[in-house]
Amino acid sequence: MKNLIRNIVLIVATLLFIFYAQKNFDSYTLSILNNIGIFAILALSYNLINGVAGQFSLEPNGFVAIGAYFTAIFLLPADAKVDMFALVDPAPIILQMKAQFIPAVLMGGIAASIIALLLSLPVFRVRGDYLAIVTLGFGFIIRIFAINNPAYTNGAMGLNDIPSNANFIWIGIFTLVTFIAMIHIIYSKYGRAMKSVRDDEDAATAMGINTFKMKTYAFMTSAFFEGIGGGLLASMLTTITPDQFSFLLTFQLLIIIVLGGLGSMSGALIATILVMGGMEWLRFLDDNIILFGVDFGAHPGTRMVVFSILLIIMMLFARKGILGDKELLAYFKKKSK
Amino acid sequence: MSNTILKIENVTMQFGGVTAIDNLSFEVQKGQIYGLIGPNGAGKTTIFNIITGNLFPTSGFVVFEENDITGTKPNRVVYKGIARTFQNIRLFKSMTVLENILIGCDAEANYSYLEAIFRLPRYFKREKEIKEKAYKLLDIFGITEFANTNATALSYGNQRKVEIARALATNPKLLLLDEPAAGMNSNETAELSNIIHKIKKDFNLTILLIEHDMKFVNAMCDKLTVLDYGANIFEGKPADAIVNEKVISAYLGDFSHA
Repeated sequence: MKNLIRNIVLIVATLLFIFYAQKNFDSYTLSILNNIGIFAILALSYNLINGVAGQFSLEPNGFVAIGAYFTAIFLLPADAKVDMFALVDPAPIILQMKAQFIPAVLMGGIAASIIALLLSLPVFRVRGDYLAIVTLGFGFIIRIFAINNPAYTNGAMGLNDIPSNANFIWIGIFTLVTFIAMIHIIYSKYGRAMKSVRDDEDAATAMGINTFKMKTYAFMTSAFFEGIGGGLLASMLTTITPDQFSFLLTFQLLIIIVLGGLGSMSGALIATILVMGGMEWLRFLDDNIILFGVDFGAHPGTRMVVFSILLIIMMLFARKGILGDKELLAYFKKKSK
Repeated sequence: MSNTILKIENVTMQFGGVTAIDNLSFEVQKGQIYGLIGPNGAGKTTIFNIITGNLFPTSGFVVFEENDITGTKPNRVVYKGIARTFQNIRLFKSMTVLENILIGCDAEANYSYLEAIFRLPRYFKREKEIKEKAYKLLDIFGITEFANTNATALSYGNQRKVEIARALATNPKLLLLDEPAAGMNSNETAELSNIIHKIKKDFNLTILLIEHDMKFVNAMCDKLTVLDYGANIFEGKPADAIVNEKVISAYLGDFSHA
């Protein structure tokens, strides 16, 4: 009961913040918040397969691309598609696809999770790091598919003028929903089963856990929310190209979830804020650096160097990430005892 | 209705050229504590792995409650009512003792994935039920105080108890214990045998156990099979086993040549 009240207060406070921010913050702050929100969705869902279920996977960029393209195609009106597709005429099915904003975003998620199911059927039948290899290749395949099929994706030119429906209210609400869904999964028999697969697959099987099913659930859920994140990203940026969804995106998310602590959802959230916010905050390093009255001039790239050093220091002193594999509230519980 | 719960029929297991189990047969009756002993490498754990479906025998059958379960997937075998513990304790190291036992209740908490995400009523009902059950099990083993401690932080003896409790949480009819007394001192061993007798009675169990500690086997088992190089060299009461020449020579070597 006490927990229920606490949770409702937290949710209401978050919603109030979201609406307040959308109304009162300037567009620069909002764009940072949007970025944090979308990356939080991606990091939270990536954390489920990589941290909670312990299956080393490199999939986000592929599923984000799928979500982004599906949502973009659903959002763009038919005549805009005809105008935009310069290389070849769009395929008839592309012209027929049309939906409102929320259904379009959800379609992106559903498409990603269906493809995740198809990938997991062969991959999870064997143990080991095959998932990492397959998902790494999958990301490249999606990119090459997008470049080489202009009838569906407008090729390397990408899609422009995507209706910009994703404001901070939608992104914030989706982030909140993702976080709640992930916490609900972790604190259920499915979350426990996923963790047991990570800890000891043989022992999990000996307890009657269908490890194949658990890994597939985790992978599909990750893909679903990554697809949604991709859809929101497309609508926020209003323009997408295949090159946007390179391996670097996955790499950035990997940094975030390792920094936050593999398996900790609140850790992933905190790390997203630190990494995405920190990248913005450190921007002053790229300007003219004046130390003790001496002008050292501007060195673009200093920001990345300093940021990397900060990351290395954090990894050295908090090897299991900021929160380890526990949730933030679990720490408060321990203290009160 | 026959009284036989588990029947091993002419099981042979070959790994390449090595014959780990050689045409082995034995029967376990309902309510028995059946021992499986033999020198190192005799194939005791291999037989466990065949019963639980981790290995597929080269030939022969495993019959559980008159159903052929040879080659059933390990997680399916659990649903049929066979649970096991491991020789080297294998608890889930990132979880608390309570969570470890809740994993055993996985099949009982039959709410769906979406019910968990949307927190529908059945989630709360089932979670409450399995938590009560888990605490009952902890109480039987006398480890309630460790419920929220990380499982690997416990002493060796307590970890062994958690592992047995976890296996019991799956509602087994047949419990396979792989060297339950390994690495325990005599006090802990005595406590363990009390617990095993107690759970056998309370849960109406049949127990098949692998053990090296002959004192423990003597005190526990109704009947045993002695394995040597995968073959059955003795079957009968523990008291007869320790005076059997074949058993002695399997353990200590053959003195007739000396």
